[in-house]
Amino acid sequence: MSTNTTTSPRTSTTTLPKPSAINYARTTATATRVLRQLRHDPRTIALMIFIPCVMLFLLRYVFDGSPRTFDSIGASLLGIFPLITMFLVTSIATLRERTSGTLERLLAMPLGKADLIAGYALAFGALAIVQSALATGLAVWFLGLDVTGSAWLLLLVALLDALLGTALGLFVSAFASSEFQAVQFMPAVIFPQLLLCGLFTPRPNMHPVLEGISNVLPMSYAVDGMNEVLKHTDVTANFVRDALIVAACALLVLTLGAATLRRRTA
Amino acid sequence: MMNYSSGPPTTTQEHPTAPAVHAAELTVVRGPRQVLRGLDFDVPRGQITGLLGPSGCGKSTLMRAIVGTQAKVTGTLDVLGLPAGHATLRSRIGYVTQAPSVYDDLTVRQNLDYFAAILDPGRTAAERRHENVTHTIADVDLTSHADALAGNLSGGQRSRVSLAVALLGTPELLVLDEPTVGLDPVLRRDLWNLFHTIAADRGATLLVSSHVMDEAERCHRLLLMREGEILADDTPDALRTQTGADTVEAAFLHLVDEAIAAGNQPRKESVR
Repeated sequence: MSTNTTTSPRTSTTTLPKPSAINYARTTATATRVLRQLRHDPRTIALMIFIPCVMLFLLRYVFDGSPRTFDSIGASLLGIFPLITMFLVTSIATLRERTSGTLERLLAMPLGKADLIAGYALAFGALAIVQSALATGLAVWFLGLDVTGSAWLLLLVALLDALLGTALGLFVSAFASSEFQAVQFMPAVIFPQLLLCGLFTPRPNMHPVLEGISNVLPMSYAVDGMNEVLKHTDVTANFVRDALIVAACALLVLTLGAATLRRRTA
Repeated sequence: MMNYSSGPPTTTQEHPTAPAVHAAELTVVRGPRQVLRGLDFDVPRGQITGLLGPSGCGKSTLMRAIVGTQAKVTGTLDVLGLPAGHATLRSRIGYVTQAPSVYDDLTVRQNLDYFAAILDPGRTAAERRHENVTHTIADVDLTSHADALAGNLSGGQRSRVSLAVALLGTPELLVLDEPTVGLDPVLRRDLWNLFHTIAADRGATLLVSSHVMDEAERCHRLLLMREGEILADDTPDALRTQTGADTVEAAFLHLVDEAIAAGNQPRKESVR
């Protein structure tokens, strides 16, 4: 009678890489690496985190006489800030990765493209949470931003926006061959959305053609979602739709971004 | 010595006697130019093969084709018994690009920690990774700079960080693109000793490119390249006796002159 109490061998056995889409350990290693890079650059972190707060503060006193306007624009900006910051940071970071040769090196290693992208999304997502939490907290508790719904929902939309910004930045960096070009993609990709998203005037008031265009731009739904939270106590169907659209756009663009990471280049 | 206790060494089951690299009719096109023109050669296992030739002769392109990052490769190119670029080869090949490809805003150790985590992921491997990283840093003589930012290092130091990344893990094939460029003579000698140790102790194959001909004497075999073609494929001794030259450099020049005289000098194509 042999009781099968085979002690597992002391020698560490390397588990074979599973053919899954995402390797958890490699993704977190990538996210840790991206955050470590940022930690050596405290000025960038400070700029990313405090600029939105300063802008909101400024906005509050610009609209000192009309708090309703501050409510509407302030809430929209809570969604727009993370999108813009993450767009800029990601497009420069991945461009650097492409030009420094580290991307080629990583893709010659057993790293999945999904691991790399998820790692970036994870690291910048974490940063976006900090940024959005500070900005939302400041706006709601100190600047008197009047939100009918839950501040958590604002944070959720902000996070989805950050993800969208990361995705757009990653995608766009494939088309930039220098950091000058990458920065110029900001006005090209972000400004039209900024003008058409309903921040300056409600979208139905625009020229029908522009309204039609704004209907297919993801930032419009980010702003709509923020305004839903602003005006309604509970989670409305419109809010769910807006949040899903932003999330779906982010995923779509991330997938497109993955396609721009090529193992073989000319 | 590169000990790395990640289970049994992954011996190649495919073709144990096959050469590390086998190329036949290998051609690479970049833009309008044919950079490699129908190369046929073998790189034997367990030896150091030097890839020599003037700048722009196609050394880097050939290396990129072998590690599987070069597009538009036609012909046969087998690496460790598998077609170049095969997914399972990614953990078996170490590759150092000509320009140091490391993160300038990370320290030496943080750079290696990250790449080690990609090669050998998981929390259970953390201790093994730490040891591996520590002695790899020692191998490239950067222990005193382990906590310095890579961006603050000198050119030679940065290229050694890049080399260290390729030494992580136990690559069966090391592809090193000009690893000793810009290094002082002492360091160059130390690195070549390290290359020989890696080849002897691990039975690893090294393909090292250089345009400095005196490094050729340190290789077991040489591939001499010129304008996308292979001029010679032999041992340094055989090359010297064959051409009656004293040095590999003289042998190379002799072969170039011969090629020109034979009239089969590759036509210079207009670049862009």
